[in-house]
Amino acid sequence: MTRISAFFTGWVLTLVSTSSAWAQDLPTPSFPVPWQLNLQTPASPVAEQLVEFHNFLLVICTVISLFVLGLLIWCAIRYNAKANPVPSKNAHNTLLEIVWTAIPVIILVVIAVPSYRLLYYMDRVEDPGLTIKVVGNQWYWTYEFPDYDIEFDSLPLPDDEIDIAAGQHRLLEVDTPLILPTDTDIRILFTATDVLHAWTIPAFGVKLDNVPGRTNETWTRITIPGKYYGQCSELCGIDHSYMPIVVHAVSPEEFEAWRAEQVAANDNTPDDANRLAALIQE
Amino acid sequence: MSTTATHAHDDHHDHAPTGISRWLNSTNHKDIGTMYLVFSVVAALAGGGLSFLIRLELGEPGIQVFDVVGEMMGSEAKQFYNVTVTAHALLMVFFVVMPALIGGFGNWFVPMMIGAPDMAFPRMNNISFWLMPPALVLLILSAFMGQGAGTGWTLYPPLSGLAGQPDMSVDFAILSLHLAGASSILGATNFITTILNMRAPGMTMHKAPLFVWATLITAVLLLLAMPVLAGALTMLLTDRNFGTAFFDPRGGGDPLLWQHLFWFFGHPEVYIMILPAFGIVSHIVSTFSRKPVFGYLGMAYAMASIGVVGFIVWAHHMYTVGMGVNYRAYFVAVTMAIAVPTGIKIFSWIATMWGGSISFKTPMMWAIGFIFLFTVGGVTGVVLANAGMDIAMHDTYYVVAHFHYVLSLGAIFAIFAGFYYWFDKMTGKVYPEWAGQIHFWTTFVGVNVLFFPQHFLGLAGMPRRYIDYPDIFAEWNLVSTWGAYVTMVSTVFFLVVTLYVMIAGRKSVANPWGDGATTLEWTVASPAPFHTFEDTPDFTSSNPAAHPAE
Repeated sequence: MTRISAFFTGWVLTLVSTSSAWAQDLPTPSFPVPWQLNLQTPASPVAEQLVEFHNFLLVICTVISLFVLGLLIWCAIRYNAKANPVPSKNAHNTLLEIVWTAIPVIILVVIAVPSYRLLYYMDRVEDPGLTIKVVGNQWYWTYEFPDYDIEFDSLPLPDDEIDIAAGQHRLLEVDTPLILPTDTDIRILFTATDVLHAWTIPAFGVKLDNVPGRTNETWTRITIPGKYYGQCSELCGIDHSYMPIVVHAVSPEEFEAWRAEQVAANDNTPDDANRLAALIQE
Repeated sequence: MSTTATHAHDDHHDHAPTGISRWLNSTNHKDIGTMYLVFSVVAALAGGGLSFLIRLELGEPGIQVFDVVGEMMGSEAKQFYNVTVTAHALLMVFFVVMPALIGGFGNWFVPMMIGAPDMAFPRMNNISFWLMPPALVLLILSAFMGQGAGTGWTLYPPLSGLAGQPDMSVDFAILSLHLAGASSILGATNFITTILNMRAPGMTMHKAPLFVWATLITAVLLLLAMPVLAGALTMLLTDRNFGTAFFDPRGGGDPLLWQHLFWFFGHPEVYIMILPAFGIVSHIVSTFSRKPVFGYLGMAYAMASIGVVGFIVWAHHMYTVGMGVNYRAYFVAVTMAIAVPTGIKIFSWIATMWGGSISFKTPMMWAIGFIFLFTVGGVTGVVLANAGMDIAMHDTYYVVAHFHYVLSLGAIFAIFAGFYYWFDKMTGKVYPEWAGQIHFWTTFVGVNVLFFPQHFLGLAGMPRRYIDYPDIFAEWNLVSTWGAYVTMVSTVFFLVVTLYVMIAGRKSVANPWGDGATTLEWTVASPAPFHTFEDTPDFTSSNPAAHPAE
């Protein structure tokens, strides 16, 4: 309940605030709670399906584990040396062996159907509304919007700059978050400049390795506005634990305003021709 | 049973070497097996100590252990944490589990179970063992060279390349694994030759005990997988030292080539660690249920099919590297298929107990613990097999929980089961039952408290190989560290009792387990004599009394 109310408060604040997109007062609809037992609250269609599929798998796992535990306990009660002093010599039962081969096969097929549907659904998107590129570096992220010539680094905030009272979290905050629109098919491209990294936002059901020399691709569509966190998920050296990921998901209109602002700011910087001239002068 | 050597040995034709040459120049499978077991315990103290350090560090948010440890080691805290994680994994895989299950129990009991006087190549057996201590020394040195090898046990380039680790530490780790790999390849050849050629007359493969089957399949996996690792390691070594670019995109290489090669070795490797455990558990369940193993042939061929399929599933460790979706779809299918033979084994063990007359001695407790906890690790394996689902789990603590359930609570439980099962046979002493039960129950509680909450941490999104984590993950991490305390106390108790029993234990008998223990090792005295059999055991149809498998 508190999370939902926090979400609405934050949303209202977002509406009144003018520089809302990079403000720190966004709600965090997917942030884990203490003693969390399951996946984070989903904020994309893929993540919703992941949660649904995981809950389905969880039932199967629990039933199988309890079934095996039950059989073991039954053997301990019924066939301990006191209860059953004379062991049977039965060591074969063809029908039984066929059954316990066939039933797992059926269970696996039942799992495979939704699994494959999910796998192909989450792979790529046709006709994305926006393309972003995530570049992993030791130890920060670079975000690019190739279509708009926007590019910036996102550096982690050290512990002493974290304002916990203002709802910030140690190890999770960055100086410049990635701004993304909600309700838009976003194509995400992944690469790296030095070693392997992995960019992930659990609430979007997105995780892919940033591999130097390769460009990987997946997609997402954010359904709930808010602030989302992730952390580098491929061992990348000494500061692997210290390269957080922050996404601010805002309405498409707000995103458009932010984008226009960035592009306008870009025009003041030397363009490619000027840079080339400067290089030639050197 | 008069054909086998239960009577005392005559000294005049039993020239057992003594002193240092008995061990250094040993060609006796039992002495070499003992050395492997001692070696494994030494490595386990190091590897377990490191894991305890990791859990101490993660007991609460912030860095409070490794700043001190790192300073003591002359290294930066965060780097030394990565070094610790790397060394813990390499020690446990290459220097604890494999030497214990294959080198230790395999050497001790495969020749005895098939009625052979020794391994086929006793001198090669000696070099197989003696390659391991230098390998261990090189690995330990790698932690202290420069900044230490903080690459994870998977040694993924470019982090393991010159760009990520410019000093010599990774080269030391590579050479360590080369030596350990050579040792494994020699050992594997020895086991395959021994099992195929030296079975007692009349013991066809379909009469061979399941531990023999398990060791044979494991040895074949080793023989096929280890050279691939050796090739990949050599490529990494030349990348680092001789200017090649197999894994460097700037020279036309590809970091993913390493991952394919590594996991082509790495996935069979996990079955190398668990198949001997399957064999041990089969014997123990049968012995203490006083029943033959249910579905013996199904059990043997389930292991064989796990071995075969184990070679074609490697890229399920790589679902997030950006492979094409159809490749991932294939690896989902074959990976899930492994659940079928594994299920056959679980159900066959339960069916072996079904209708039996079960006594819950210490080895049996460990075996039952293995069956249940391996099932739990198995079902989370099925979850992870789904490439889509794995996106949420990959490189989180869910994966850490999964592989510790199948290895730490699987392979290590089986090592303890085998240790208690064969303790009398190896030492000639009786292990006190009460101490074994205390050790089992405290470890059982400890490791479950330790590893089960890590499923929750992973689902909530906590990444693995992190020295510090957001405060929201503090609660379950603290619980997990309590589990580590319990496990550590239990392990110290085990070590103290074991030392005491080996010095002052009561003398045991040839077969302490009764008529359920049917394999050949129980027909000779405890401890097993230096030369096992005075006469070759006979399994031909004229001697129907002996049927170890049935």
